[in-house]
Amino acid sequence: MRRHLIACFAAVFASHAAWADDMRMAVTTSFENSGLADVLLPEIKTDLDLDVQLLVVGTGQALRLGEAGDVDAILVHSRAAEEAFVNDGYGTHRREIMYNDFVVIGPQEDPADVAQAATITAAMTAIADTRAAFVSRGDDSGTHKAELKLWSEAGLDPAAFGGWYRSVGAGMGAALNTASGMNAYIIADRASWLNFGNPGDLALLFSGDPALFNQYAYIPVNPARHAHVRNDAAMRLEAWLTGDRARALIDGYAINGQTLFVFNATPE
Amino acid sequence: MNDIGEGIVAALGLLVTLDPDLIDISLRSLQVSLSALVIACAIAIPFGTFLAVQRFRFRRTVISVLNALMGLPPVVVGLVVYLLLSRSGPFGVLGLLFTPTAMIIAQVVIITPLIASITHQAMRDLWAEYHDLLISLNTTKVQRVGTLMWDGRRTLLTAALAGFGRAIGEVGAIMIVGGNIDNVTRVLTTAIALETGKGDFALALGLGFVLIMLALLVNFAIHGLSGTEREGRW
Amino acid sequence: MSDMLPLELSGATVRRKGKTVLGPVDLTLAQQGLTIVIGPNGSGKTTLLRVMHGVERLSAGSAEWSVPHSEARRRQSYVFQSPIVLRRSVLDNLCYPLKLMKVARRDRVATARDWAARIGLGDALATPATRLSGGERQKLALARALIRKPDVLFLDEPCANLDGRATRDIEALLLGARAAGTRIVMATHDMGQARRLATDLIFMVSGRVHETGHAGHIFTHPETPELTAFYNGDIVE
Repeated sequence: MRRHLIACFAAVFASHAAWADDMRMAVTTSFENSGLADVLLPEIKTDLDLDVQLLVVGTGQALRLGEAGDVDAILVHSRAAEEAFVNDGYGTHRREIMYNDFVVIGPQEDPADVAQAATITAAMTAIADTRAAFVSRGDDSGTHKAELKLWSEAGLDPAAFGGWYRSVGAGMGAALNTASGMNAYIIADRASWLNFGNPGDLALLFSGDPALFNQYAYIPVNPARHAHVRNDAAMRLEAWLTGDRARALIDGYAINGQTLFVFNATPE
Repeated sequence: MNDIGEGIVAALGLLVTLDPDLIDISLRSLQVSLSALVIACAIAIPFGTFLAVQRFRFRRTVISVLNALMGLPPVVVGLVVYLLLSRSGPFGVLGLLFTPTAMIIAQVVIITPLIASITHQAMRDLWAEYHDLLISLNTTKVQRVGTLMWDGRRTLLTAALAGFGRAIGEVGAIMIVGGNIDNVTRVLTTAIALETGKGDFALALGLGFVLIMLALLVNFAIHGLSGTEREGRW
Repeated sequence: MSDMLPLELSGATVRRKGKTVLGPVDLTLAQQGLTIVIGPNGSGKTTLLRVMHGVERLSAGSAEWSVPHSEARRRQSYVFQSPIVLRRSVLDNLCYPLKLMKVARRDRVATARDWAARIGLGDALATPATRLSGGERQKLALARALIRKPDVLFLDEPCANLDGRATRDIEALLLGARAAGTRIVMATHDMGQARRLATDLIFMVSGRVHETGHAGHIFTHPETPELTAFYNGDIVE
């Protein structure tokens, strides 16, 4: 019995030392929910012999993980925060990889007539005017920040909204579940929406405005600040993510015939 | 109701096909929670028994603290362990964050007070029964603790199983310190949270049924091994 | 005859919550014999035994064996009024004190089997002790006390709740132990039992030793009216 216990402990403690080459990357829930990771990671494993362990968190937490040196790189979509991260010396540089877009999801009957709106600003204003139920991520994530930017561009302040504006403080999937349950409007990234399995009476009502484009950028964590981070692995991953193999996979990734991401990395 | 039906179908599907991911995740759940259980028991059972046997100045305070810690929110434990193990935290050099070891540490913190408290309550009654005899036999403190633990082993089993139940069903803390990394720190509960997030309720529920079955299996196995039900009521 | 004895109590006093429950008691426990302690309820019989056994903290006075305290504690046993059995099998109950004495396992089991047979539980070695009848439990407790080969054995009304047959069995075991040289001190309520077993008598009233004497004399010639009344079954307070 005692021997078994010892073996059990040995297995537990050895299990994370056994991997050949690995690195940790913090990514946003919207990226993970898109399903693209499931396509990219096996290819990375094949091409680079590199195990990329994904920590799926909100952009806010991803940046904190990078600041603390708990991950080797981050892949997020919140430009202002990313630039601050690099300027403060937590990341070596910011490299744009690809973009997808945000969409407005809402009840099929569309009480705010969002589907007829000419611009996203008009759509947001219409939702606020009808005081139709709206679910906000409220978790300081990239999507949340994008949503707040849309409100402010429409000249509106969510802090002044009434009870129809519901900040749930949850990830994309959980927020979509909430919206589905309440038949509410919500801003989501297209990928999460297409992969979402519980749409209920919700439908995609508005998309395509350039203001809704959502740029993903890759930032290796600065080894000058955290000596233990695997910068070499992070650099190899960056080279791969900006290369032709990644371009083909990213541009070719589709759900229900819809392309989700547009590769836009520029060669160095 | 439809979702529950689909959940059962999904669970059966996963089980019948012996889905390799499911087996991997289930084994990791077991590995993490059983390791945490063994460590927590090694600390909590002697400690709880000692509290029953030994009178000392702050005994009541210690017991009150222990009972309060039983209700410790796992998320708080997770956050504290996270901050301790983070690279910029005091134990960052160990590089344990986002490993199964970190999850075990968090679970040990969560279930040790629970097991110690149940142990103390059970051992207090047994000690009242044995007190005069063991004093008369001139036993040492260690012998007293040992005798109580041995003769009370069936109640201690209940304490351990309560701890296991809390450990394997826990999600808040291990999500934070483990990170729910696929193939590394993803366990049943974090996988359920993930699938729920994706809106895939059937799969989430299926995993939930697997979790319940696993917990039942472990309970039966431990009871079977110890022969609790066969040997009567003690 | 044991070199532990005599035991000297001088001014031994026990107070609980400001109330004196025993003493002061001055008493010498001689080297040989079977001392019976009698007296009404609450007269301090149990406390006196516990003081002698060394498990009761003295508020004043002393209780000194002829050997150091720690050695004396090792060489004595105590049987309680309501038998305490461990939640183990009969065999394991008997083995327990031997294990504490670090007797080798094979010898433990052999000795325990022998004693189980002597108390009529030879066929019940594997039975959980908690399933035994009251009489069987008390016999088991007595055997567990005697298996340590104590120099001194204390018993606190061991037959209080037992029927005649169990009482007879226990008395036989006690006489056997006495013949083997064990010094016995026993509290009892049963005057018949006192007369059958005692070589000397201690009569307690209100926490004090009221009268002592050798069996041959004290049963026929009590000196105090209280002891006379006690013999007659009158109420003594």
